[in-house]
Amino acid sequence: MKTTGKVTGIVSNLVTVEANGPVSQNEICYITTGGTKLMAEVIKVNGKNAAVQVFESTRGLKNGDTVEFEDRMLEATLGPGLLSNSYDGLQNDLTTMTGVFLKRGEYTDPLNHEKLWNFTPIAKPGDKVVAADWLGEVKEGWLPHKIMVPFSFKGEYTVKSVVPAGQYNIDKVVAVLTDASGEDVEVTMWQKWPVKVAIKGYKEKPRPSKIMETGVRAIDTLNPIAEGGTGFIPGPFGCGKTVLQHAIAKQGDADVILMAACGERANEVVEIFAEFPELIDPHTGRHLMERTTIICNTSNMPVAAREASVYTAMTICEYYRAMGLKVLLLADSTSRWAQALREMSNRMEELPGADAFPVDLSAIISNFYARAGMVVLNNGQTGAVTFIGTVSPAGGNLKEPVTESTKKAARCFYALEQNRADQKRYPAVNPIDSYSKYLEYPEIREYLNTTIMPGWVEMVEKAKNIVRKGKEANDQINILGDDGVPMSYHEIFWKSELVDFVILQQDAFDEIDALCPIERQKYMLELVMGICDRDFTFEDFEQCRNYFKELINALRQMNYSEFKSERFFEYQEKLNNLLSNGK
Amino acid sequence: MANKAFQKIYTQLEAITKATVSLKATGVSNDELALVDGRLAQVVKTKGDLVTLQIFAGTEGIPTDAEVVFLGGAPTLNVSDDLAGRFFNAYGEPIDGGPAVEGKTVEIGGPSVNPYKRKQPSQLIPTGIAGIDLNNTLVSGQKIPFFADPDQPYNNVMAQVALRADVDKIILGGMGLSNDDYLYFKHEFEAAGALDKIISFVNTTEQPPVERLLIPDMALTAAEYFAVEKNEKVLVLLTDMTLYADALSIVSNRMDQIPSKDSMPGSLYSDLAKIYEKAVQLPDGGSITIIAVTTLNDGDITHAIPDNTGYITEGQLFLRTDPDSGKVIIDPFRSLSRLKQLVQGKKTRKDHGQVMNASVRLYADAQNAKTKLENGFDLSDYDLRCLDYAKAYATRLLAIDVNLKIDDMLDTAWELFGTYFSKAETGIKQELIDTYWKGN
Repeated sequence: MKTTGKVTGIVSNLVTVEANGPVSQNEICYITTGGTKLMAEVIKVNGKNAAVQVFESTRGLKNGDTVEFEDRMLEATLGPGLLSNSYDGLQNDLTTMTGVFLKRGEYTDPLNHEKLWNFTPIAKPGDKVVAADWLGEVKEGWLPHKIMVPFSFKGEYTVKSVVPAGQYNIDKVVAVLTDASGEDVEVTMWQKWPVKVAIKGYKEKPRPSKIMETGVRAIDTLNPIAEGGTGFIPGPFGCGKTVLQHAIAKQGDADVILMAACGERANEVVEIFAEFPELIDPHTGRHLMERTTIICNTSNMPVAAREASVYTAMTICEYYRAMGLKVLLLADSTSRWAQALREMSNRMEELPGADAFPVDLSAIISNFYARAGMVVLNNGQTGAVTFIGTVSPAGGNLKEPVTESTKKAARCFYALEQNRADQKRYPAVNPIDSYSKYLEYPEIREYLNTTIMPGWVEMVEKAKNIVRKGKEANDQINILGDDGVPMSYHEIFWKSELVDFVILQQDAFDEIDALCPIERQKYMLELVMGICDRDFTFEDFEQCRNYFKELINALRQMNYSEFKSERFFEYQEKLNNLLSNGK
Repeated sequence: MANKAFQKIYTQLEAITKATVSLKATGVSNDELALVDGRLAQVVKTKGDLVTLQIFAGTEGIPTDAEVVFLGGAPTLNVSDDLAGRFFNAYGEPIDGGPAVEGKTVEIGGPSVNPYKRKQPSQLIPTGIAGIDLNNTLVSGQKIPFFADPDQPYNNVMAQVALRADVDKIILGGMGLSNDDYLYFKHEFEAAGALDKIISFVNTTEQPPVERLLIPDMALTAAEYFAVEKNEKVLVLLTDMTLYADALSIVSNRMDQIPSKDSMPGSLYSDLAKIYEKAVQLPDGGSITIIAVTTLNDGDITHAIPDNTGYITEGQLFLRTDPDSGKVIIDPFRSLSRLKQLVQGKKTRKDHGQVMNASVRLYADAQNAKTKLENGFDLSDYDLRCLDYAKAYATRLLAIDVNLKIDDMLDTAWELFGTYFSKAETGIKQELIDTYWKGN
């Protein structure tokens, strides 16, 4: 029998419930008020009293309202039809909701149960299978969507039967499995999984050994992120966090992309809704929306569901990873999720940590980042979840709990800097503070040096060094004046500007420059470093400045021209002339 | 808000703080309104049979045996076309001597628009102010605050913007307005002959601060009526959101909540977002645009209020006094309209984007020249021309007292380019130079 209870206390969306039976942590319950059922999650139990966070507005809720506990945690529904859809943080299908306004207590099914899918069996009767093994496949648009042994199945099963190829809806029993005790269990095309628990069902999780191309030079060239890696982008407002994330979403080399809009502006999601169905995925030529699923819990939607949204998104990522796919999760912004935790912790009157965040914030964040990664599936194939989150530090100060906790968990750090944004040097990724820990992995260094070119990693390090030295030279110039420093200071400063303007800066709104494949990145870096290797002699700093400005202009025009087109080579010719006439 | 017959009356308070009272009561719902000693209050917490009420007007003089009557629901507003031209207090009661408004009674602070049903904003809102139209173009459905120090004339600028904007309704939400400013708004609206399209909800400094918390929801509920049911373009003015946030911190403090940064409640981001995210472009043509004011303490945007606001709104308009021209300008560096690219060059002339960038870049060069001058370095001819340009640019375009059509702003910018610079120095695309260049 289900546990039931009664509401005994309300503060905003934290409700105390007196239960008449067993209750588990993170259990889902429904509170009935005025004929509407509101979903809530248990976050603390004390004696008979359960503290629950309600995923909706609690207006009108009364003490004495009845509560039914569901004996399950918050779950995601997994099956064909997730791709290209748009959900809220609790995985309600936003596209099938009626009316312009969100209605309290309206929960829509994440999947369409009528739609027919073209099923092809993979497993045969007699096969021994375990959780996450592939039983069959349907075409979800272009994507081969595997129908798997449900992740919740424990131990080994024998396939008793699999339906023949044909058109079925997701409720169709497509396979019958026999467990060790001889009992038969039916498997349909969909399953549920608690979002706060990582989906296992793979053989091992090795260290990432490849990089994931994003088409953004400041990432791929300078501080690449690994396939199955983690990274984060902190930055004050107006520095281009969302533009950078959208750029990665448009060009990232992944099969499936999950965009989790977590507590951010609704109009930013509207931009995705408007653009992604039109824009083309540069890797496959298909529309971007065909590989994208949106989880959207904007800042005005209920706070508790904000926290759920990132978990729902991660669970869907892990589901696709188990099909042997490369998945990219972009969450904007994880600070809003941390703030949701803070609001609840505050209402529960827990002793606060730094800046009133809960003391276990760091542990929660690192647990979440740990769910990303590359995995080797039971059948030997690989899949990956790459995760990039943004962080919105209060006051733009990176010494705050969310940034610091995330820094411990994520392997790549792309610091967006107010100063660069003010100078319109976009993407405003600080080249000196940012890092990729993956560059320390011998297997990644080897991968880069073999797939891009021998000596690539060393060349990138040299470029970073020039930027660093250029900054020091510039500081001296600013203190001592243009005439107060030796010519070499001007030269090294302008070489660093060359790297900055041509490699680091990239116009996300220019059709050509927005996407820079690795091959092109290599071409441009070689060109720029070739110039940096030269020694110049200038009569005065004005001459040095003007000369480099011309070089930069020619190289930037190359960036704006189609790779290896006539125009591209025209500008390169111009560059070569400048160089041969140069000092 | 009169008492209804047969309502249970409670007469024993258990606790009183500066903003809240607690009493034992049953059958009370969350967010429900009540009258405590005749003052309006709202349920903010229940624990067992102990109910905590926030008293909007403050608790001064409330006795422990005060009469408490629960009113059965959350705050409401009667909406109909009769709202137009009227002035109300924070409770939605007329303060202009007119009759109460008849209409549909709706709860304020209603649900959010399904993001999937929103449309991308695409209609330009011209204001005549070049610092806005030229550099930070506003779009209907946008939410944007003025960031201003208290000594800046932000309310005047906002009144100007509102009266020039081509919208169907203007809704003023005044929080902690000084009585003088309230009368100023009233006078400006009357003088413009625009009263019939203006609705005002006003809480002045003479009234209790906690009452302010109702103002944005009142204003936006009225806005939603006209935007959703009448498909109208509605502009909502909220001034001053800093005082709104201060009222939030008073209440959370009285409820013993642990403060986060700058003694603001931990939920500040969500509280502000709930208001600002009401800005929307609806599928049937109606829209709500929000222009707010966030006053700053000495230009400090890292304080929790402007900081959280910046993360929520679609840009900000920064007011400051230009020391060279002595004019109040919209700072071209620190201001930003995130939606401007949706209309620039699409709904305006195609040279808009490039002219904007070039004029700001040259203004930045002038700032560098100024720094050089201050540090005692020699100025080049280019530096000197930049300085002259900056003065003209600030006076003729950035100043808030200009009133031009966008094409005239662009022409003015070209005129300045032609006066002070060579074609190459502007760095504008050749085909635009060929069409628009004025001068040699």
